[in-house]
Amino acid sequence: MNRKSGISSGLLVILLSTTLLFNGCKSCSTKEQVDDLSIEVPKDNPALVNDINRAKQIFMALPSPLESAMLIKSTGAKFDPELLNSLENADNYATSKSMALNLGVYTCDLSFTSLYEQTQLIIDYMNAAKKMAEGLGILRAIEQSTIDRLEQNINNTEVIMEIVSETFMNSNSDLVDNGQPAIAAMVLVGGWFEGLYIATRLVDMKDFNGNKLVGRIIDQKLSIDILLNLLADNKGNPAIDELTVQVQKLKSIFDKISLTTSPVRPEYVETTNTTYLKSEVKSNLTPAVFQELATTVAEIRSTFVK
Amino acid sequence: MRLKLIFPIVALVLLAGTVSVNGQCKSFAKKVGIPELGAYIHDGNYHAAVLVEGEEAELYKTFYSDMKYRVAIVGEENLSNVEFTVYDATKNVIYTNKNSNYAKSWDFELQSSQQLKLVVKVPEHSKSGETPASGCVSIMFGFKLKK
Repeated sequence: MNRKSGISSGLLVILLSTTLLFNGCKSCSTKEQVDDLSIEVPKDNPALVNDINRAKQIFMALPSPLESAMLIKSTGAKFDPELLNSLENADNYATSKSMALNLGVYTCDLSFTSLYEQTQLIIDYMNAAKKMAEGLGILRAIEQSTIDRLEQNINNTEVIMEIVSETFMNSNSDLVDNGQPAIAAMVLVGGWFEGLYIATRLVDMKDFNGNKLVGRIIDQKLSIDILLNLLADNKGNPAIDELTVQVQKLKSIFDKISLTTSPVRPEYVETTNTTYLKSEVKSNLTPAVFQELATTVAEIRSTFVK
Repeated sequence: MRLKLIFPIVALVLLAGTVSVNGQCKSFAKKVGIPELGAYIHDGNYHAAVLVEGEEAELYKTFYSDMKYRVAIVGEENLSNVEFTVYDATKNVIYTNKNSNYAKSWDFELQSSQQLKLVVKVPEHSKSGETPASGCVSIMFGFKLKK
């Protein structure tokens, strides 16, 4: 095989791999097994063949805005509309990065308003999220019919949660379909930070020890590497690289929190058809480290919503 | 010269096909994956991809002690018996659907929050010389608050 035709077949393989990479998986690193396809693999490049064969699709899953909001509500925290991103700010976002981050932020705020049954705010925040989605060119993610359905079911929390879940899934899958995985990752980052920001602001320092909400904040240490891996999948994108620096700063504070978990012991209970994952956890977050964490989260979040 | 023309055309055809496959996967996840969550609230995250026989996918996610979870992993009809195995942070297997007749979903609760890894595999069934089957596989999570 001469050099030119070698490059050509290599290009075809890369083209095919790249094409299959965008096969509907969100927040994932993807390569396909070329051996399984009826395309000639460049046999003169065993390193490339080996690399392609070993590769697999990897998904990094952050808690969704709806899950974050549910976790916070489950601790008994009160709703505070002052903590949400201002609806007026929606007019300020002109770049893809700011619109993506704030699509996540507004979806998280929408999830809070939904769980706390703030009927007018639900509509307002859905409209803010719609504006961000439209700005990002994903017009079908949140259509007017979705807003209408929301209005018709404004007192039905179950249907509202379904709609919030559906619109978030539409936004992310449409971005990936459009070949914008970095933007999709930014949406997830925006939603995760908003949940963490609200949680840190709702902690009552007079009731710090044994506070259930503090426990859920400590749990976010388990997701910080997932977040960094999600960003690493899109490194080289300037906006992603900026976010990575910010998240690394946050990680350095999470690193000060000790969190050890014993191995999981699964116990299946037939009557409920549920597996109970037994394990013990030990953690230590001091008020001083918590304040440092809360301040850093607020600083980073302020760069998103400004 | 012909090669210069052929590659952009091939690229366009492949990309057009990809958009179509993506749309199919999203539609499959909505129509087949989400209903498997039953009474659990779908978290809104979307994880679906085309897998070829023999191929694996991995997913990392933190699960919280306040919640009950259901994971639903569903493959298109031409992919028989999609396998999934769940590992804890110390790489211990805590569940595999191979022991449950390749169940499509698994319900679980946690005593303490954990990061878990799910490995999804499409087993090889094609005979030598046959084109391996491929199709969409969706991984969906639903949750409920513990009472």
